[in-house]
Amino acid sequence: MHNLEPKLFVFLLATFLGLEVIRRVSPLLHTPLMSLTNAISAIAIVAAIQITAGGHSTLSTVLGTIAVTAATINIVGGFLITDRMLKMFRRETRRRD
Amino acid sequence: MTNLHSLGSLFAAVDVATNGAVRHLADRDSIFVWGSYLIAAALFILSLKWLSHPKTARRGVLAGEIGMALAVIGTLLMYDVITYKWVLVGIALGSLIGTPMAVWMPMTAVPQRTALSHAFGALAAALVGTAHYFEEVAVPGVPHLDKFTMAILAIEVFLGALTFTGSLVAFGKLQELLPSSIKGLPNQNAINFSLLGVAGLLSIWLIFSPTSWIVFLLLIVVSLVFGLCLVIPIGGADMPTVISLLNSYAGLSASLMGFILDNYLLIIAGALDGSSGLILSIVMCKAMNRSFTNVLFGRMEPTSAVASDDVYAGKIKSASPEDVAMLLEGAQRVIVVPGYGLAVAQAQHVVRELATLLEEHGCTVEYAIHPVAGRMPGHMNVLLAEADVPYEQLKEMEEINPTFPQCDVAIVIGANDVVNPLANTDPTSPIAGMPILNVDKARNVVVVKRSLSPGFAGIPNPLFAADNCLMLFGDGKKALMEVVAALKEG
Repeated sequence: MHNLEPKLFVFLLATFLGLEVIRRVSPLLHTPLMSLTNAISAIAIVAAIQITAGGHSTLSTVLGTIAVTAATINIVGGFLITDRMLKMFRRETRRRD
Repeated sequence: MTNLHSLGSLFAAVDVATNGAVRHLADRDSIFVWGSYLIAAALFILSLKWLSHPKTARRGVLAGEIGMALAVIGTLLMYDVITYKWVLVGIALGSLIGTPMAVWMPMTAVPQRTALSHAFGALAAALVGTAHYFEEVAVPGVPHLDKFTMAILAIEVFLGALTFTGSLVAFGKLQELLPSSIKGLPNQNAINFSLLGVAGLLSIWLIFSPTSWIVFLLLIVVSLVFGLCLVIPIGGADMPTVISLLNSYAGLSASLMGFILDNYLLIIAGALDGSSGLILSIVMCKAMNRSFTNVLFGRMEPTSAVASDDVYAGKIKSASPEDVAMLLEGAQRVIVVPGYGLAVAQAQHVVRELATLLEEHGCTVEYAIHPVAGRMPGHMNVLLAEADVPYEQLKEMEEINPTFPQCDVAIVIGANDVVNPLANTDPTSPIAGMPILNVDKARNVVVVKRSLSPGFAGIPNPLFAADNCLMLFGDGKKALMEVVAALKEG
């Protein structure tokens, strides 16, 4: 493997940054948090695209296409349902009907 | 050789191998590609930062979407039209499946959807790892997998495969396709540790002999079985922890994939996902006063040291909806304590109606949310938000607990173990030390419940027999509708 060292540093920093940022998320929003991070980690789609489009072998194309499909489900579904949930969190403004 | 060059030259090698069938619009070194990755990484971090408050949360989703779009477009720029085909097929198929899953999924089913999406994420990671392995092994001339790469690849595929089957089991249980408490095999823990050991041995074998592809396939099979064995014996009350833990694994395997494919964006996004899963798992474990190992390897055995007859006999006061309505009419401050039973009964909208009525009488209504109310972290908040409850009224446990003595009526709907005072008083109880909502400190308590049956912990609840407690027996939704009707008449 090339550049194991910088990768470990990036991983370490990203994990600590993640812990700090996510610790501040209100428990109110823990469900949307999980569906949002899930959508974000579907960034694995870029790896799946590399494998599929690389055209290395039929096996790669088949496995890659399934992976692209699975990742897309998470991206599309994850962002849509997170937004759907967040739209429901309202302040007490109009009410009293 | 830098990582960027290495991937570039790998594609160049393929380019030659396929007689130039693969042409690049942009190289991996192109600023369009790594620039888009850099901006995407920043947007992902901002996305999570903005999610910290409901006011900015939707901006967070938008940032995530833009980041994702940039990264995907940047990646697609690397390849030409000939090889696009299957990528586009995958994207089209995924959108076709993913959209209806998000648009029509009822909010009560969000935990299932989340479990399923962990399965998909893990599947993508495992498949990409597998494809990469066979590419490296099959292409002569390309340097074989070195020990570090093979070790990381083995862990990545192990985590991906176990998360895939584990999440599918979690999905099955939440969707009630599988019974929620299948007893594991008699020596379940011994079997699990053996499987883990075998996976470890197979990985070591691969590190020293990366081309033994049969061993690699065996590793996948063992990992898949391990995922099944790990989640099957875990029961209902632990689901929020298991979902969070699987979230963490899925993130970690995505991150490891970034190590193997020299992709820093993947390392960062996976690490963010992994740390979010880790935090949520810790929150859930603390909320139940249990450790990871206890959730994963220990099963809560109902000890029932206290017989329910001794606790309840002659002390239960059953109330009619009219009694409850009268009690509520005089109340200045009401706290609603919702549990998963509320969601099962689809009673959240009636609760909101009741609250509106009380507020018209000048009564303050708040909601006390225990961290493990519902089937995944934060689930109860989403269900109540859907019923139009303003989020300022949703109070966390630490915030609302000191205020129970000033509460005229606490209404407990579909919650049991999380309001059981035994957690504070009886050190031998299976829930001893679990943080609970101090409902017993309220002036009056109304418990809406079908019967006196125990919760997940399988123990009786002395709250039901307390002097200040009235039981309103019946289906949550129906009973509350009767209370609402009685309030309107009175």
